[in-house]
Amino acid sequence: MTATTSQTSASGAAFAGVLQRQGAAVVLVLGIAAAWFAFPHFGTADNLRSLVLQGSFLAVIALGMTFVIISGGIDLSVGSNYALGGVLAAYGAQYGLVVAILLPLAVCSLIGFVNGVLIARTGMAPFIVTLASLLFARGLLLALTSEGATTYKVDPGSAFLWLGQGTIFGVGVPVYLTLILFALGGLLLRRTRFGQSVFAIGGAEQSALLMGLPVARTKISLYTLSGALAGFAGVLTAAYLQSGVTVIGVGTELDTISVVVIGGTLLTGGAGTIIGTLVGVLLRTLIQNVINQIGTLDSNYQTVVSGAFLLVVVVIQRLLARSRTR
Amino acid sequence: MTAATEEDVAMTTAPVLEVAGVTKRFPGTLALDDVSFALRPGEVHALVGENGAGKSTLIKVLTGVYQPDEGEVRHLGEPVTFKRPIDAQRAGISTIYQEVNLVPLMSIAGNVFLGREPRTKAGLVDWSKMYADARELLKGYGIDDDVKRPLHTLGVGAQQMVALARAVSTDAKVVIMDEPTSSLEPREVETLFEVLNRLHAEGIAIVYVSHRMDELYRVCDSVTVLRDGRVVHSGPLATLPRIELVSKMLGREIKQIREEGVTAFGEEHDVEREPLLKAENLSGMRKLHDVSVSIRPGEVVGLAGLLGSGRSETARAIVGAFPLDGGSVLLAGKPLKKGKIAAAMRAGIALLAEDRKTDGIIPNLSVRENIVLAALPTLSPFGLVSKAKQDKVVKIFMDRLRIKAAGPEQKVSELSGGNQQKVLLARWLATGPKILLLDEPTRGIDVGAKAEVQALIDELAQEGLGVLLISSELEELIDGSDRVVVLRDGSVVGELTGDRITEENVLTAIAAEADNDV
Amino acid sequence: MSSATLTKAPDRAKVTAWLQNYGVYLAVVVLLLFNIAFTENFLSAANFRTQLVQAAPVCIVALGMALVIGTEGIDLSVGSVMAISAALIPLYLGAGPLTAIIVAIIAGVVSGLFSGYLVAYLGIQPIIATLALLVGGRGLALVIAHGQLVQVRNPEFLELGTGDFLGVPVMVIVAGVLAVLAGLVVQRTTFGRHLVAVGGNRPASTLAGLPVKRVLISVYVISGALAAVAGVLATSRLGASDPSDVGLLMELSAITAVVVGGTPLTGGRVRVLGTVFGALLMQLVQATLIKHNLPDSTAQMVQAAIIVVAVYVARERSSR
Repeated sequence: MTATTSQTSASGAAFAGVLQRQGAAVVLVLGIAAAWFAFPHFGTADNLRSLVLQGSFLAVIALGMTFVIISGGIDLSVGSNYALGGVLAAYGAQYGLVVAILLPLAVCSLIGFVNGVLIARTGMAPFIVTLASLLFARGLLLALTSEGATTYKVDPGSAFLWLGQGTIFGVGVPVYLTLILFALGGLLLRRTRFGQSVFAIGGAEQSALLMGLPVARTKISLYTLSGALAGFAGVLTAAYLQSGVTVIGVGTELDTISVVVIGGTLLTGGAGTIIGTLVGVLLRTLIQNVINQIGTLDSNYQTVVSGAFLLVVVVIQRLLARSRTR
Repeated sequence: MTAATEEDVAMTTAPVLEVAGVTKRFPGTLALDDVSFALRPGEVHALVGENGAGKSTLIKVLTGVYQPDEGEVRHLGEPVTFKRPIDAQRAGISTIYQEVNLVPLMSIAGNVFLGREPRTKAGLVDWSKMYADARELLKGYGIDDDVKRPLHTLGVGAQQMVALARAVSTDAKVVIMDEPTSSLEPREVETLFEVLNRLHAEGIAIVYVSHRMDELYRVCDSVTVLRDGRVVHSGPLATLPRIELVSKMLGREIKQIREEGVTAFGEEHDVEREPLLKAENLSGMRKLHDVSVSIRPGEVVGLAGLLGSGRSETARAIVGAFPLDGGSVLLAGKPLKKGKIAAAMRAGIALLAEDRKTDGIIPNLSVRENIVLAALPTLSPFGLVSKAKQDKVVKIFMDRLRIKAAGPEQKVSELSGGNQQKVLLARWLATGPKILLLDEPTRGIDVGAKAEVQALIDELAQEGLGVLLISSELEELIDGSDRVVVLRDGSVVGELTGDRITEENVLTAIAAEADNDV
Repeated sequence: MSSATLTKAPDRAKVTAWLQNYGVYLAVVVLLLFNIAFTENFLSAANFRTQLVQAAPVCIVALGMALVIGTEGIDLSVGSVMAISAALIPLYLGAGPLTAIIVAIIAGVVSGLFSGYLVAYLGIQPIIATLALLVGGRGLALVIAHGQLVQVRNPEFLELGTGDFLGVPVMVIVAGVLAVLAGLVVQRTTFGRHLVAVGGNRPASTLAGLPVKRVLISVYVISGALAAVAGVLATSRLGASDPSDVGLLMELSAITAVVVGGTPLTGGRVRVLGTVFGALLMQLVQATLIKHNLPDSTAQMVQAAIIVVAVYVARERSSR
């Protein structure tokens, strides 16, 4: 058959694929190695602990975003949902641990659910729908906090704080929760029919419909999941900061999209990995950390580097896709 | 697939799938007109017809994409209503589309089992079983590549084989194949035929849509010919001569006299000797092989051939809108830059593309703006649009082509098909071309507009334009052309001039057995 | 096909079409009347000045955004370009306000070239191409400004944001002139007509020999330049260069103004006047709510609802 042609193009594609999928991992390993040698403080247990803890909040949001992006969509509302989740958690903490967790999860899931329904049932672009809910969720947050003037504080004795501040073997609880969520996310994506549907919808929505996959239901679930995870990240942050900070989460949607794409998930949908997103998050946290280590360097280089890195990844993805269609 | 089994099948078994008296209307067109069609188990049934004959509408009715307005679909003798494609699939009717409807980035195995992945006791997808099953299954389809690889790393032919494997493994009893070999290499075609043989033996019924005569006669037991939404012939294939099949598809009885004068074309034109345009050895994308065409000033060159023979690709290649591996286009002896549409346009070549909707009209713009679109730079001093200059040009062409619109400011999407086509013709004439490439200029437009367009083509040639005319309608080609070049499978297989331009000669050239039979 | 829906539900289709075309003007008029009737101190010259001045930067950015959206694109980088422009001004103000402004606008043009190149020549989706600049651009602006807010004291420069000309605020004049220019470009230049053709049907435009890539790159350049102008004006009005805050979420406001103004996200149509009114409408909504003691939070939620409704109406029309 086409053995010869497909074999050569396959090895090329395989190499390119490795580059795309593992590029971030290679950069991460090299970056860690370099930082280890360059900065005496970098390798300390304290610094590493804070590095993974810092990354865990973004990671939880990015997990939901990974699903959404693999399905060919986008969720711009995560930043607002994240902040809203935090405020609701801090508010709910006065009524106990369960309310502190369930209230934000319920509200943020509902916002995600509405996103999903509007996208799946009316055919409006995910971009514009979630843009609207970005505004809506932020507005709701402001309404709940008397225009941002009220900051709900969590009672210092509350058991709820353990979620954000507690440690197990010296490592923060959010880190463990993040790892558990990522393990579950990996299972969901790779080992369930739901996950396969997500890939199929992102890769070829029309085909997925023709093959009888539950496209609308899957989309609605995805955006609900993304809303819930953003809300949960807010819960963890509220527990960590001991209050519902109203100004967080502005621009977080863009950070999240960046780390997901840097982790090798195609923004055009149909391909991506959970582990890649974790690498993307770590890489971003590493950049942040290194720039802090340098000290003399303007901390704003962080976003410049993020933007440049995002660009390089996207251009490589595009060039690969082009060579594929040739 | 011998004659004996075919008869056994036809005599002894009830149809597995049947449409009876199905009519399907779309606004302005009657896509299917009282169509009946029966498919028996183990039968390979050819479904043929030119563009717009109703093949794809019929397939969509069979697969639940459309519901018939009248008539019914019967599955195993029972009337059924397929509301969605998935209903048809659950009933065992699978379709392999020309453009593979799978997920390119997903693994081969993932595609085969998408939506019905084998699961472990814990309810998780069992990848090792899935890979093993896929490997085993695909062996029977000539695919021994690593099933973990993404689907897109396979050639298009192999992808189609994966789609077929998926369809058959979902317990399909009927497989509809829409031009399955159009992108296959000869060896892949062989594998496909072996698979078809096996399916045939297993009693699976196949609807086979193709324009390749050799293949039809090799694999199909029976044939249904559609034309203008109606069944014009249905019966066993082996006993039907090729030339008759082609003439039925193109709607012309061989014995019918051509002097009936169905077209509005006049006499032959005075043609200069030296070609103005020479396209030499155009090759590319496996769709064109060494195609050479020349056009002289004042000449109408017809390009004949069935769908998929490379007609449109030739025209697009001339203006640089089809990527070429080799060959050159010369205008008045000077080579054109490859792949530069604007350059070809400036040199005086205009292409009226085949698909009016996707490649022609800009729906949101007015008649005026659609007409002046290509000529805009020449009508706009310093890049400023001059409405006065436009109005003059627009008036000239609206009058000359008798474009029926409420006025030049009406939205083009509100016009009838025939008037949209005239707007597009006007767009190109406004650029003052020397060579006009017309790809199906009269398809899908009403009779009146058709005659007007044909008369216009005549007139333009008389004014000295060189015209390349592509048409699925034989009479149009024969009456309208001074010379006819016949294409088959992307190669030139004949050229007819003067009195040799007859339907019979064109049909013979199209239907002739390929020299190197696959 | 449209004839079928038209005959079936002429009223509904007509209403939708009418709303799409004139809804934004109607909404502005209704809001004005409402305010004149029920809002204290609304009907005053001073108040009108405030409203117009506040709408001006969004309006200017939205004009560029409308052109980009007309080609079926989107430009998320406008807010960050404003920040870059603002950051550059204090550095060059020493050489005179004109130099500073020119440098800022050149920075916008370069940003637009960058995004446009990615979109037109590399074929990267507009949303991603401009996302990179959105993420990196503000960082760059902060790096240029060393993360500092810098007071601007050049009186000539400040005149731009606070001064009047013939009794009309300079900012409003600039926005008005740019809007007229944008209207002329869209309606009366080959570039403008090419732009809507490219957005309406890209393959057909390519086959008609239009310079598709040049058109694409140009709209991003214009959008970048206009964002830079908005950055200049915002800086002048504030009397300070504040790269960490200027233009924040501007991409959202601009897209909202464009969409509410009736330009479909699917391209092929640019409504300049609609965009101007879209910007005015969003400003009026906010002002109305604030004046009636409804807080910012409500304004945001109302804005969200308006976006959804506007896009839903537009969708009805384009799917017809």
